[in-house]
Amino acid sequence: MTDMPIATANSHKPASPLRHRFLASRLPDVLPRLAFRLYFVFFLTYLLLPLLILAAATFNRSSFPTIVPWLGTTDMWIAALFRDGEILKALGSSAVIAAGVIAISLPVGTAAALVLTSLHGRARSVLYAMMVSPLLTPGVVIGIATLLFWRKVGVGGGVALSILAQSSFIISFVMLMVAARLQRFDRTMEDAALGLGASRVYVFRRILLPFLRPALVGACFIALLQSFENYNTTLFVRGTETPLTIFIASKVRAGLTPVINALGLMMMVATVIGAVLWEVVRHRKRSTPGAGR
Amino acid sequence: MNEITQRFGRPLGACFILLVLLWLAGLVLVPNLTMLDFALRPNLPATQLGGPKDGYSFDNFLYLWNHPSHGWIFLKTIWSSALVTVLTFLICYPLAYWLGQVSTPRQTSALLVLLTVPYLMNEVLRGLAWYIILAFDGPLNAALVHLGLLSEPVRWYGDGGVLAGMAYAYLLFMLLPIYNSVSTLDHAQIDAARDLGAGTLRIHRRVVLPHAKVGIATGCVFTFMLAAGSYMAPALLGAPGSRWFTQLIYDWFFESGNWNRGAAYGVTLLVLCLVAVLGMLRLFQVNLTSAVK
Amino acid sequence: MTNTVSLLDVEMRFAASLAIRRMSLEVRSGEFFSILGPSGCGKTTLLRMISGFLQPTSGKILIDGQDMRDVPANRRSTAMIFQSLALFPLMPVWENIAFGLEVRGMSKARRRQEAERLLELIALPGYGERMPHELSGGQRQRVAIARALAIEPKVLLLDEPLSALDLKLRQRMRAELRELQKRTGVTFIYITHDQSEALAMSDRVAVMSAGELQQVGEPLELYTNPATAFVAEFVGENNIMSGTVIDTFGDYAVLEGAHGRFVGRRSATLRPQMKARLYVRPESLSVDRQETENRLVAISKRFDFEGAFATAHAVVPHDSDPLSVQLAIPHQHLGQAPDIGKSFVAGFSRQDAVVLAHE
Repeated sequence: MTDMPIATANSHKPASPLRHRFLASRLPDVLPRLAFRLYFVFFLTYLLLPLLILAAATFNRSSFPTIVPWLGTTDMWIAALFRDGEILKALGSSAVIAAGVIAISLPVGTAAALVLTSLHGRARSVLYAMMVSPLLTPGVVIGIATLLFWRKVGVGGGVALSILAQSSFIISFVMLMVAARLQRFDRTMEDAALGLGASRVYVFRRILLPFLRPALVGACFIALLQSFENYNTTLFVRGTETPLTIFIASKVRAGLTPVINALGLMMMVATVIGAVLWEVVRHRKRSTPGAGR
Repeated sequence: MNEITQRFGRPLGACFILLVLLWLAGLVLVPNLTMLDFALRPNLPATQLGGPKDGYSFDNFLYLWNHPSHGWIFLKTIWSSALVTVLTFLICYPLAYWLGQVSTPRQTSALLVLLTVPYLMNEVLRGLAWYIILAFDGPLNAALVHLGLLSEPVRWYGDGGVLAGMAYAYLLFMLLPIYNSVSTLDHAQIDAARDLGAGTLRIHRRVVLPHAKVGIATGCVFTFMLAAGSYMAPALLGAPGSRWFTQLIYDWFFESGNWNRGAAYGVTLLVLCLVAVLGMLRLFQVNLTSAVK
Repeated sequence: MTNTVSLLDVEMRFAASLAIRRMSLEVRSGEFFSILGPSGCGKTTLLRMISGFLQPTSGKILIDGQDMRDVPANRRSTAMIFQSLALFPLMPVWENIAFGLEVRGMSKARRRQEAERLLELIALPGYGERMPHELSGGQRQRVAIARALAIEPKVLLLDEPLSALDLKLRQRMRAELRELQKRTGVTFIYITHDQSEALAMSDRVAVMSAGELQQVGEPLELYTNPATAFVAEFVGENNIMSGTVIDTFGDYAVLEGAHGRFVGRRSATLRPQMKARLYVRPESLSVDRQETENRLVAISKRFDFEGAFATAHAVVPHDSDPLSVQLAIPHQHLGQAPDIGKSFVAGFSRQDAVVLAHE
């Protein structure tokens, strides 16, 4: 029951910017606040400036990506991007790997979350530790281990190995996201459905899976991103395959041109559009009554 | 076991258990054991495999011990990863606190979008951005010389570049867990401490930091592990003098073709990360279940 | 008697809204002072200004005669008990209590000793090593008070600290708080939206509504002599009759409304032609009293027996504006209670009624 009108929408954080304006009039508070301002500007610069430079270099005529000296504005690098067969091939390779990773990690991660939340006590914590261990293993090590074992049993080929190696830890992400949602699941709903004569498989399909849907959509998204951006693990298992990250890194060391920046710019634009759409959808879902759960 | 088949029925439950077993055995446990197996065997031509020379020994590990230049790189990797962890913590903590306790909901969501967009993008592109900034003829040198802070350009590639690039790459892994735990602190506790006379530093030391312990531990564990296991940043932003342990592993695999020795180095890295993770959890008195969520 | 806290022409504005309208208020040293009002009335804002978490937009706050402008919360001689108590969950009870002393640089041994002394005071000796979550609600409450008292504040500010407790415990804590305040002699400023709490514990009460100070006075005065319509309606139960003032004489006013003419005491500013309301307490209405003025003919509807007394609910019939009234009948007079469904005459003396302006 907070009586401050300013805090009604925000009662857990009574420290509003307004409050700070009042505090600012006090001498002992000015210094830390100034320090925080400076820090804040520094932080945002550190966060965003590299990306802006990366994007800006796309439009520089210089054949090495940079913004100094500015040799004239051009869109030739963007045009070159769409003509670059190698990049498109790398993109295709990444997409195939990502599809494979999603196909494996969604069902396995979901199964893992279901198994985990059905258990209790010591069995649960031991299993939990095993399931999150891939997240605490350096990516390089996952790559090596996968390479050594699966080559030995006869799985070669960059795509298959990349899918296996990436799935190894992406399953953990999926498991955590699904498990988080499962914690809010009311188990008595299952019993109610069973009591109404449904079979266990039917209950799973009609009750549990629809409940997990938002988590699965999110997990699918995370799996896609993780797969696309993975470098350290894929480096060791790629064989002769050249997914996007490998391609970019190889270009950085030999023959870097602003075409790569153009690619970065495209990915940035796609990300921003994606993020905005995501926010819009989330917002709409929240404001439409009954749409959310 | 019983709990699972009882909940989902025999066919479905068995299917879940099978998937989990395939994952944990086929992608986690056995590959890692295979890596250990490789690490303990000598590197032999195919004809001598299974022959009299093919036995277990610690030779591959001893090689690391007996080559001070490699040992030095190992220690430096640990030291630099710890430095990255501390640096990232210092960069993130004030902002995490601000996000969790001070900012209005609108500011929070705006900043979270700003923060996630760079991290939805490729890790290699983030590294590339720094590669461009830190180039000898690049914008950073140009700006510093222009401002008169430097009389002539500086070579940034090397330790400094790796540190900056890594702190940048893993920022979010530190920020989000700390933000999550700070935001669960009841603001009244901060008010109470201030009311009883505590200054800003003491409030953080006695109230906020202890409360955010779990988040800080999580952030530190992840950042350290990611830094120690990173290949991208040192490869892109390093110099011959700033080699990373992962680069040694890569060289054993793909330059010298000695997979056994590479596996031994991989096992060493894994053990290092394991020790670091357990050490930090012990240090912060946090358990794994609450750390990885 | 000196004043511990004085508010002089204090005003508080948040962006577009006025949270506190210009007001002045004096709290005497050693008194138990309550600020009573519905949620959203600005009482927490007021408390946060006294404690130093908010600076008033204009006006002055004096504590012990000293201007508190530019003195932050951590350097004021006030201590606050938060609604959520805000005990530090990761510190044992004794460290919680001694936190303010730790800040002031007291040695650990002395802090420990001081914490023990305070634990005695709140009747929890030996609880020092417990963690806050191991205590019951009432115990946590007392630890919060001890923590605030440890820094020997001139003023203790309490922000609805009892609201989280169940009814029984709340009633016990009321008595304990009152007792503790008398024993320590510290000035208490207590915020609540519960009028019975304010009336039971306080030496004086300030009633607030919509950022405005309505009335300051002793509990009995608020009850018998409400200064505004808001106070009359917020503090205790009242029967309300609306109408227009048709005449005033001496201390009295005559009100004419849909249900007749009534006479009651008036405020000095009340003039004929003003819209007003007459208030009369349920216990001041009685059955079959042969009053010449102030009579109502009502039909009895319901009868609630509540132990010491019973409440009779009745309706004064009217085509467009039927009036509900309540009568409190002491249990020894239950024989006079009207039968359900029967019509009866109720009356009250002009001394017991108050007529107040109501836009």
